[in-house]
Amino acid sequence: MLKINLCGIEFRNPVFLASGIMGETGSALKRIAKGGAGAVTTKSIGLNPNPGHRNPTIVEVYGGFLNAMGLPNPGIDEYLEEIKGVRDELNRMDIRIIGSIYGKDEEEFAEVAKKMEEYVDIIELNISCPHAKGYGATIGQNPDLSYSVCKAVKKAVKVPVFAKLTPNVTDIIEIAQAVVDAGVDGLVAINTVRGMAIDIKAKKPILANKFGGLSGRAIKPIGIKVVWDLYENFDVPIIGVGGIMSGEDAIEYMMAGASAVQIGSGVYYRGYDIFKKVCDEIINFLKEENLTLKEIVGIAHE
Amino acid sequence: MEKPVICRIKEIIEESPTVKTFIIDKDFDFKPGQFAMLWLPGVDEKPFGFSSKNSFSVARVGNFTKKMHELKEGDIIGVRGPYGTYFEPMGDKVLAVAGGIGAAPIVTAVEEFSKQGVEITTILGARSKEELLFLDRFKKSGRLEICTDDGSFGFKGFTTEKMKEILKEERFDLIITCGPEIMMKKVVDIANEYNIPVQVSMERYMKCGIGICGQCCVDDEGLCVCKDGPVFWGDKLKFIKEFGKYKRDASGKKIYY
Ligand SMILES: Cc1cc2nc3c(=O)[nH]c(=O)nc-3n(C[C@H](O)[C@H](O)[C@H](O)COP(=O)(O)OP(=O)(O)OC[C@H]3O[C@@H](n4cnc5c(N)ncnc54)[C@H](O)[C@@H]3O)c2cc1C
Ligand SMILES: Cc1cc2nc3c(=O)[nH]c(=O)nc-3n(C[C@H](O)[C@H](O)[C@H](O)COP(=O)(O)O)c2cc1C
Repeated sequence: MLKINLCGIEFRNPVFLASGIMGETGSALKRIAKGGAGAVTTKSIGLNPNPGHRNPTIVEVYGGFLNAMGLPNPGIDEYLEEIKGVRDELNRMDIRIIGSIYGKDEEEFAEVAKKMEEYVDIIELNISCPHAKGYGATIGQNPDLSYSVCKAVKKAVKVPVFAKLTPNVTDIIEIAQAVVDAGVDGLVAINTVRGMAIDIKAKKPILANKFGGLSGRAIKPIGIKVVWDLYENFDVPIIGVGGIMSGEDAIEYMMAGASAVQIGSGVYYRGYDIFKKVCDEIINFLKEENLTLKEIVGIAHE
Repeated sequence: MEKPVICRIKEIIEESPTVKTFIIDKDFDFKPGQFAMLWLPGVDEKPFGFSSKNSFSVARVGNFTKKMHELKEGDIIGVRGPYGTYFEPMGDKVLAVAGGIGAAPIVTAVEEFSKQGVEITTILGARSKEELLFLDRFKKSGRLEICTDDGSFGFKGFTTEKMKEILKEERFDLIITCGPEIMMKKVVDIANEYNIPVQVSMERYMKCGIGICGQCCVDDEGLCVCKDGPVFWGDKLKFIKEFGKYKRDASGKKIYY
């Protein structure tokens, strides 16, 4: 009932793990797969090992979390060993892997993508992380850079390529147009929303990086609007992310135009099996309303 | 809310040449073995076990702990916690094996168990006499066996040698341990030989402390040391293949023991 097909790839269900949550090791991805996710997205992986920012890298605020992890990862070569260790098991469970990658420029992106390609079903380009200077949103806030990165990766690999967008821009359509022109197969929206929290007794920003990205309940309306705008303007599939805690939230994203969703912060609020819970809630809704998954995608636009 | 609570340091106790205890002005409702993320604004935020409801005992090993040791009474630190699983009593007779700074969580467990009427034997190990921690607190809570690597006090040798000696004579219902992983691995092997249930407190590089960033996940089942641990029962350890073999650094790269 929840089976979907994106770019010719079958997914057991449309509820995926978002990048950066529990994605640093193969075994953690396997644990999330057992929690019912249709696909798991890796931590964003770069060319070389990166310890990330100093702690505090995360702090809770009303409506979610602020994080500035700083893209910690062991580098693509070592990370591939993590994926190889669980690839067969995930295949057996019929769970897809989305390989999230980052780089400082188009060459680096293409190089990491090429290495990653063999072991994943989709490549997701992180051009949207708000707190890693020179990476992520530095690219994703600039249509020309976004275009060249997407173009280079599309040329380098055969698997479908999705671009993950940042909401921290004036005109999301301009950026999305650039990456669609570059030939990406789909869009993922949204990454976190820039924010800061100050401890008034310490008289300092709490995050070591000073600012970070907001995730969780508070950003759902922002994500819904971005997905809505993308659906109005483009024909490529959209994966909705941002503040999804329940089946109802997932359905809201789908009605705005998302074919699938990803969950990050919700793992904290509802556990590692939130994926199964959300799937059950989606099924209940579809039964109640006598609708199919296909029918609800974009239904709010009609 | 998962955010630091700012506390003021009331008193600093020099426990040994390398360990200081920081007593703070707030009490936390912790269970033995649980930890908190301690924040030094402008420096870092790292995990430390509670050594009582209002204190942490910190061994100086690197930059953060050096900065901790430079703190003065009246200074502030942020405390985020308590987090994680804890030591649980079972049966009437418990053997506790503590190595080095591992004595900090163990002493809180031993005190709590003894209050509940459990008979305790603690094997406490350190490099030398000066590095032995919490002698008075351990003695008040039961029998204490001391080991030093250099023989400057008590038994000369490892805690695990003493443990084998004691187990030849006596039966225990439960073994709890905290210390260097190599020591704990041996403790677990010996406990298994004698078929005694065991609980260990593990350490892995931690960032979020609340089970979402994935930094401290252990192979092969992706258990989070910060949330599913740090205290694991022996039967859960069977799902932690990397125990005693390797850990990961801040980037996620494997480091073999
Ligand atoms: C659950 C738990 C409870 C702990 N309880 C205590 C305690 O009560 N008293 C005490 O003195 N120490 C305790 N530690 C260890 C303490 O966190 C490290 O000694 C401290 O982080 C070292 O920081 P550093 O900058 O001084 O040293 P570094 O030179 O950075 O590191 C020295 C060692 O500490 C480890 N370490 C460094 N950063 C972290 C981190 N963020 N998370 C986990 N390990 C790290 C490193 O892997 C390395 O082996 C505990 C660790 C954990 C995981
Ligand atoms: C701790 C943490 C780490 C994250 N790391 C990444 C990352 O490495 N790459 C990325 O594209 N997004 C990362 N994100 C963003 C999430 O993938 C997601 O876009 C965002 O959290 C919104 O979804 P949520 O509200 O369900 O958490 C991270 C988010 C969090 C909370």
